[in-house]
Amino acid sequence: MSQTPIPATQTTPERTGTPLLDVRHLTKHFPVSAIVRTRQVHAVEDVSFTVESGQVVALVGESGSGKSTTIRLIARLIPATGGEIFFHGRDVLITEQKQASLAYRRQVQMIFQDPFSSLNAVYTIEHHIARPLIIHKLTHSRQHLQQRVYELLSVVGLDPAPEIASRYPHQLSGGQRQRVAIARALAVDPKLILADEPISMLDVSIRMGILNLIEQLKEEHGIAYLYITHDLASARYIGDKIMVMYAGHMVEGGDCEEIMGNPAHPYTQLLLSAVPDPHAGLHTQKEIGARGEVPSLIDPLPGCLFAARCPKAMDICRQVMPGPTDVKPGHWVRCHLFGPGSKILSKEVV
Amino acid sequence: MNVNARLASSETAEGLKAAWREKIYSTQLGFFRRLFSQPKAVFGILILLIFLLMAVFAPLIAPGDPTRFVARPHQPPSVEHWLGTTGQGQDVFHQLVWGSRVSLFIGFTVGLLTTLIGLVIGMTAGYLGGIADGLINMFTNVFLILPAVPLLIILSSFLPPGTITVIFVLTVTGWAWSARVFRSQTLSLRCKDFVSAAEVSGERTPYIIFVEILPNMMSLVVSSFFGNVIYAILADAGLAFLGFEDVNTASWGSMLFWAQNNSALLQEAWWTFVPPGLCIALVAFATTMMIYAMDEITNPRLRSEKETMSVLKQYHVAAQRATPVVRKNAA
Amino acid sequence: MPPDQPLLDIRNLKVEYLTPRGPVRAVDDVSFALRPGEVVGLAGESGSGKSTIAHAILRILRPPALITAGQVLFNGQDVLEMNMAQLEQFRWREVSIVFQSAMNALNPVMRIRDQLLDVMQHHGISTAEAHQRAIRLFDLVGIDPQRLDAYPHQLSGGMRQRAVIAIALALDPPMLIMDEPTTALDVVVQKDILQQIASLRENLGFSILFITHDLSLLVEFSNHIAIMYAGEIVEKAPARELFDRPRHPYTLGLMNSFPSISGEKKKLTGIPGAPPDLVIPPTGCRFHPRCPQVMPICAEVLPVTKPFSADHTVACHLY
Repeated sequence: MSQTPIPATQTTPERTGTPLLDVRHLTKHFPVSAIVRTRQVHAVEDVSFTVESGQVVALVGESGSGKSTTIRLIARLIPATGGEIFFHGRDVLITEQKQASLAYRRQVQMIFQDPFSSLNAVYTIEHHIARPLIIHKLTHSRQHLQQRVYELLSVVGLDPAPEIASRYPHQLSGGQRQRVAIARALAVDPKLILADEPISMLDVSIRMGILNLIEQLKEEHGIAYLYITHDLASARYIGDKIMVMYAGHMVEGGDCEEIMGNPAHPYTQLLLSAVPDPHAGLHTQKEIGARGEVPSLIDPLPGCLFAARCPKAMDICRQVMPGPTDVKPGHWVRCHLFGPGSKILSKEVV
Repeated sequence: MNVNARLASSETAEGLKAAWREKIYSTQLGFFRRLFSQPKAVFGILILLIFLLMAVFAPLIAPGDPTRFVARPHQPPSVEHWLGTTGQGQDVFHQLVWGSRVSLFIGFTVGLLTTLIGLVIGMTAGYLGGIADGLINMFTNVFLILPAVPLLIILSSFLPPGTITVIFVLTVTGWAWSARVFRSQTLSLRCKDFVSAAEVSGERTPYIIFVEILPNMMSLVVSSFFGNVIYAILADAGLAFLGFEDVNTASWGSMLFWAQNNSALLQEAWWTFVPPGLCIALVAFATTMMIYAMDEITNPRLRSEKETMSVLKQYHVAAQRATPVVRKNAA
Repeated sequence: MPPDQPLLDIRNLKVEYLTPRGPVRAVDDVSFALRPGEVVGLAGESGSGKSTIAHAILRILRPPALITAGQVLFNGQDVLEMNMAQLEQFRWREVSIVFQSAMNALNPVMRIRDQLLDVMQHHGISTAEAHQRAIRLFDLVGIDPQRLDAYPHQLSGGMRQRAVIAIALALDPPMLIMDEPTTALDVVVQKDILQQIASLRENLGFSILFITHDLSLLVEFSNHIAIMYAGEIVEKAPARELFDRPRHPYTLGLMNSFPSISGEKKKLTGIPGAPPDLVIPPTGCRFHPRCPQVMPICAEVLPVTKPFSADHTVACHLY
């Protein structure tokens, strides 16, 4: 399974033909000031990856890495500065330039991080789940609508459905609210669900229930997920593929188990070593020796943005941002440590 | 005051909780119960109701044309003329009652119009953002910066005198503040996830603004409405006092105008200006009480802290800068 | 003072919140102790009462909270009996606290240096000595003393939290309470801060009451762990012992909620249901509605804390 992100002139042979979602060179810059637009925050820079049907792709990164912005770009909540988003083989940034079509909204849904603010406090649960059904004209009568709402609530484990449907958000717990959000996303029978840290604000003992629900829905309905998190452990739990983001760039990606066991990029190694693992101890973990903080994303310096903190940084790292290279099939990385410099430079298209 | 209360009765800790429960019972019974348990709200509603009734039943309470000549000018209050007569020989009480119609009508109409216009403009600017927001903002700022009183005076001078003019003039100068406030609130609500969720569901923009965002702003809208009413009543009175309205119709403001014109202070005819002034102040005050009461109702934290403190005081337990310790006597 | 006497000894503490629906028993008959130089971890989820205990120790709970029973003995003296003057001596000198979100704990319009000096001067330290201490403290927590003149928003999340720790250590207290100090931080920064705290402990020798929902952190970091559920302590044990031999079904459930990044990949279930309503908590054992090993007696009788083995206590009818 070749997952190499493509430089502009190359095509990638995929396992099953056209991937569901094919993101190429996605970029988003925010102006620092609304009036004087000279300085730009490079929130997302040249991000490329694919998601196959029924696959869970975990996007991992810390705060400021650009993962939330990336997902909002794909949800078409904010306009992109550059790049292409191919959905079912067509670049939606061109075919639906002004705003997303209803057809796109039907196939790509989203669940949010904060279960408290993702539901509107003044409306009942039934209203929340009925709206997508109404907008996309998926039911033909009031009874059918209500029946469908109850069905969806049951599917996500909220029983008794009629009772829950008549409640207001503040009468439900965090875990229940998140299930409502999933039911709402499910209502239109989407192909892809974008999940923005769906469990990080939930109680620990409830998180696994939600993750298991996500997996179950993937298996039963063939839904693909783009799952964003800063928690590597949960990424490993449900992810088929994992992508690591740092300071707006995607620095490593590939098969989940492979990357967990064999991290290539120094940042990924740092990330893995920092996760508290009760099986190890505070002092028995390898010291990676990277100190410092994420650099500023405003008009960033050229070269790899991790170079300032990287224990293995070389001169070239501070000058040129490395392009993607395969560590092995199904595992690529953007790091000058892999592949001799000349090979990378010849692949790069300016 | 004692920080710790060693309470004599072993049941007092429970008693305290029971007293608490009773006091708060009213909060469970819904909005109106809560409203009426607030002294501020009750006061405000009562006063406004009295004036409203006065305005509606004016023909019954004070029959006849309030501007007609009835007796000698500047008569002090008497049995025939409860509040005496004006410098023009008109009955002050009659004028007061009929004047309430004009003042209240103008007040509430302008309040409604400015709130509505402010809503539409403010929410549109807040939601759309970008260039649209910038342009609308500039437009709003112009009206904010324009000095209201001179503008009021100028407009009043050019337009034909009458109630419609007053309403128009006050609305034009008064909508910008509300627009600003609603824009801010819309901006902050716009960032909430439920708005993004609605967008991702495919909702259209007008739906999101008026069905998703607006209901979450209702307490602000109501407070702004009352605030605008106060503005309208006071501005109207001011304009009339300065003589920029039709001073031949009876209204509280015109009563003040004539009182000043007829040197009421020199004549020591307090009954010609104190009653209208008092009415204006009372209505404004009552409306302000409504705003405070609404604040407290919609902000549960304000409510609960206040109520806790009052219950604690009952039991002589003070919470200073330390959590109070209330316990049964040690065995 | 004999080395065995606990520094902090909490006995049968009860804290209630008065709400319109009735009193919420946020902390119900909680007892545990902390010895000098020890790290005790308090683990639990939302509604477990762990933060309430932290605030109750310093008596900084706001109305409608009331402390309704128990003792908080610090070096033998009951904090709940202290008057304002004694409390002022107690707070920050004997016990200080590091809150979860540094941005909430720091004044956004004051420079870090001034906030540090403010604390010290309030407790009677001369300005000159305060300046000296400030520089030393910043050095200790790992911030460049040149950044003393920064405003909080100019520092990164990790640096802000270090600043908050410096302020907590300003008067060299023998005990620190840390209420979810790293929850709001990224995992790399979190590891940094924890290592910094560990080295500070080695240098200065203070005890820590470490409150968190992340059990995996506690196993690495603490000597003893107490697990809280719905206002009660359900299990208490030395860290390693708890991890190797957890006994209470809730502890087992909690451990079943943390996927690991290494080792075998297995299916985890977490715990079904949700934390209970503390106005009307479940009768008997508060965990019984969610317990996979529930027995009839669990719904009727509140389990008593019993020793399971040396230094390992459980409150469960299974034992």
